[in-house]
Amino acid sequence: MTLDTVSWPASYGDEAKPRKGFFTDTSICIGCKACEVACKEWNQIPMSIKGFSGKSYDNTLALGANTWRHVAFVEQRVPAGVDDGASLVEAAARADVIDAGVHTYQEGDGLRWLMASDVCKHCTDAACLEVCPTGALFRTEFGTVVVQEDICNGCGYCIPACPFGVLEQRKDDGRVWKCTLCYDRLKEDQQPACAQACPTDSIQFGELDELRHRAEGRLKRLQDAGQAEARLYLADDDDGIHGAGAFFLLLDEPEVYGLPPDPVDTRHELGSIWSAAGAAALALGAGLIAAVFGGRR
Amino acid sequence: MTATDPTTSTTPVATPAPEAIAGDGGIRSYHGQPVLKEPVWSWEIPCYFYTGGLTGASSGLAFLAELRGNDLLARRAWAAAMMGGVASPLLLISDLGKPERFLNMLRMFKVTSPMSVGSWILVVAGGSTPLAAIDAWTGWIPGGKYARRTAAMFGLPLATYTAALVSNTAIPVWHKAHRMLPFVFGSGAAMSAGAATVALTPPGAAAPARRLALAGAVAGAVTSELMEHRLGEQGEPYKQGAAATFRRVGRVAGAAGALLLVSRGRSSRAAAVASGMLLSAAALSTRWSVFKAGFQSASDPKYVIGPQREAISRGERRGAARREPRI
Repeated sequence: MTLDTVSWPASYGDEAKPRKGFFTDTSICIGCKACEVACKEWNQIPMSIKGFSGKSYDNTLALGANTWRHVAFVEQRVPAGVDDGASLVEAAARADVIDAGVHTYQEGDGLRWLMASDVCKHCTDAACLEVCPTGALFRTEFGTVVVQEDICNGCGYCIPACPFGVLEQRKDDGRVWKCTLCYDRLKEDQQPACAQACPTDSIQFGELDELRHRAEGRLKRLQDAGQAEARLYLADDDDGIHGAGAFFLLLDEPEVYGLPPDPVDTRHELGSIWSAAGAAALALGAGLIAAVFGGRR
Repeated sequence: MTATDPTTSTTPVATPAPEAIAGDGGIRSYHGQPVLKEPVWSWEIPCYFYTGGLTGASSGLAFLAELRGNDLLARRAWAAAMMGGVASPLLLISDLGKPERFLNMLRMFKVTSPMSVGSWILVVAGGSTPLAAIDAWTGWIPGGKYARRTAAMFGLPLATYTAALVSNTAIPVWHKAHRMLPFVFGSGAAMSAGAATVALTPPGAAAPARRLALAGAVAGAVTSELMEHRLGEQGEPYKQGAAATFRRVGRVAGAAGALLLVSRGRSSRAAAVASGMLLSAAALSTRWSVFKAGFQSASDPKYVIGPQREAISRGERRGAARREPRI
């Protein structure tokens, strides 16, 4: 595990702190939204009522300027025939579900709930930070990615650069807002508000390398207990963003939770992007010369 | 897909097969919600794509026409360059969420941000172009020839960096076109400069501008077609909604303007003005088409999730999820 980013820890020297992050274990999320509420209260985020969405219990629908934690609710029909139904009743009667030792809140009779608290990923390769022309977005001493509200001029470039659709502009304010991983609380050795409020420890805060180690153990335990669909998301250095500060344990494919299956930092193609723009500029120059000198005056 | 606890007789809890709950064209998504955010950029930005290209290529045209000794054409081209050069920063500042903080664009220089690089290009090109234009018309500017050279040189990247800017995002229809889009923009810039100068110049002196406008129109049609062809299914947004409308307007106006320019542009001033306006409309409309296609590409999860999932299925990419514990 390397965990190093372009500017952390190197540019901080002695002031660098261990890289902090979130491990969100969605297998034990109960969808209580305590994280959303705690985040709103601590960070004094304006309301984000979108009305009744009709999409399960989700009425905020996505991360955005006024939603820095977002709990996704997925309802899946579990194919259950007559025999399955009988065995479910039988199993419930024997309480074997609990005897299994490891269980999740997502197992039910014919309906599977997937709940997951999403957040800014604080990417190792953070496109938002790289494209920000003002330097408002920066890498903190904890290795997290934060927008400086006194510098952001609302150019909006970070918004389409983020492969997760995290950043958004506050309309009345003009600036872009997102999760700071509670930078103010971290400076006081406190954990982020969402992690503190989470009643099941689905949201775990800590040093990233420790969290990754813990997550591997949890994944193994779930796999051994028969949860073949359990997977870690953004927990590796060789994915398209070289791993995230906030990573997840999921029970289905990422896109089911609204997460891209293969997010890539656009900077990885910056070389060919600039080369093409340069070549096109030269071609334009050649075209101009040809147009002016390639015929009568 | 059945997950059974091997150690006990716990009830099997089946995970639904992906195809069982697949929605839009076999793509799984979260209630059909977008994965990406649409940009917040408004009308100023596609207009700036046009004015930036107009300024950049017009400066080059003016500078080269001076070298060739066609001062009449050169002055008109400098005038076109100056119009774009004055409008460009105003459009950009107006689009900012906090316009009063526009100077923050110059806090740093970042090669990883085409917007940062572009801001500096615009400072140099936008600053030198009016000086060059005033000098060309009056000869009053001390060191005016340096302003002309600077404007001509920095005009070239000014015309194409905007393509790098939109390509350097997560939006599939822009990002996947990053090799072709600067050529589309560069062609559009040539057409814009040629068209504006054709409209402003007496036909007798406008031959280079006519050649530039026609070359830009042809190159623009070819590069756009090539870009959409290479995008494949990812290029669908160009065939839908507002992007398709602007694309059609651009093609029709471009073809009509080019035909008129070829047939009557040398003999009739009125025809030259009309064709110049048609080709300008085509250039502007094409930028709008690219702009709108990006929004449409971002708002439909199938364009974002589909290609990522396919690349994982083909084994080209590992994706960001892993089921095997590393312990």
